[in-house]
Amino acid sequence: MAKFSRGKGRGTPKISTASLPDIIFILLFFFMVVTVMKDSELKVEVNYPYATELQKLEKKSLVSYIYIGVPAQRFRKKYGSAPRIQLNDSFKEVKDLKLFLEQEKSKLREAERGLMTASIRADKDVTMGIVTDVKTELRKIGQLKVNYSSKPRTDDL
Amino acid sequence: MARRESPEVNAGSMADIAFLLLIFFLVTTTIDVDKGITVKLPPWSDEPPPEMKLNERNVYSVLVNANDELLVRGQPMRPGDLRENTKNFIANPRKMPNMAETPKKAIISLKNDRGTSYEAYIRVYNELKAAYRELWDDAADAQYGRTYEELELEEKRTLRADIPLVISEAEPTSFGEEK
Repeated sequence: MAKFSRGKGRGTPKISTASLPDIIFILLFFFMVVTVMKDSELKVEVNYPYATELQKLEKKSLVSYIYIGVPAQRFRKKYGSAPRIQLNDSFKEVKDLKLFLEQEKSKLREAERGLMTASIRADKDVTMGIVTDVKTELRKIGQLKVNYSSKPRTDDL
Repeated sequence: MARRESPEVNAGSMADIAFLLLIFFLVTTTIDVDKGITVKLPPWSDEPPPEMKLNERNVYSVLVNANDELLVRGQPMRPGDLRENTKNFIANPRKMPNMAETPKKAIISLKNDRGTSYEAYIRVYNELKAAYRELWDDAADAQYGRTYEELELEEKRTLRADIPLVISEAEPTSFGEEK
């Protein structure tokens, strides 16, 4: 009678790792597509307020960001703890907005300049004083399309 | 000459390279939701706005003070009730004499203090916008049987002409303490 030989001379079969790169590549491409390179380091602390009536900002290149918040911990000694405005990489004043927006505008094509949106990314705990100053300056400059960055809210008020 | 079989390329290190790139993108990635409330600011003019004689029944004054409290037409209100009340004011389904004659004539007047927190301001602004969006949704459902978002651009425009979004912001007061 024939005997079944078990585990003799066979050992565990080697698992082929050839498909591993494929899996990793899929993940890699996913992250490459969704990734947004951080363009500026945040020097102010910004926690967005919550809202429900949100609209997505479609084209990143058409958006200029205006950050408003209390300077981050490591800048407090130098800049104090009153809310400040950050444009690009540095603390700025309200009067610097004009130059900033002109620079942002010059990066765009002629046809797209009217479509520029100013995204106000303000911390939810700042007071309206500084936000109003920014809004007034934006109106004077003529940058009327504004977006108040907020996170989606799910619970009721 | 003896033909040699082409040697198999070891693909094991490919995974390492891919991993390296993957980790790089994992670290730099910020799945950032770029969302917010879009508003259109009124253009600036140096002259004071002309005195307009507005029928008081058409004006819905919303005031947010420095303590983030809400005062609507002189009465305190919870932020949670603002949406319903605003809708009621604009649509005025029971034809109350102290509410908007027609949605076209309704004006929301929003005023805040320089000491109002940004969070409270956004909350109130959001509710006012939500009131309009819900009214548009109702009208779209009644006229076209679809939600407002599903309408064509032209249909949206006619609908918005009937119920125009008018939120007028007054110059803020400066009683409160600014942070």
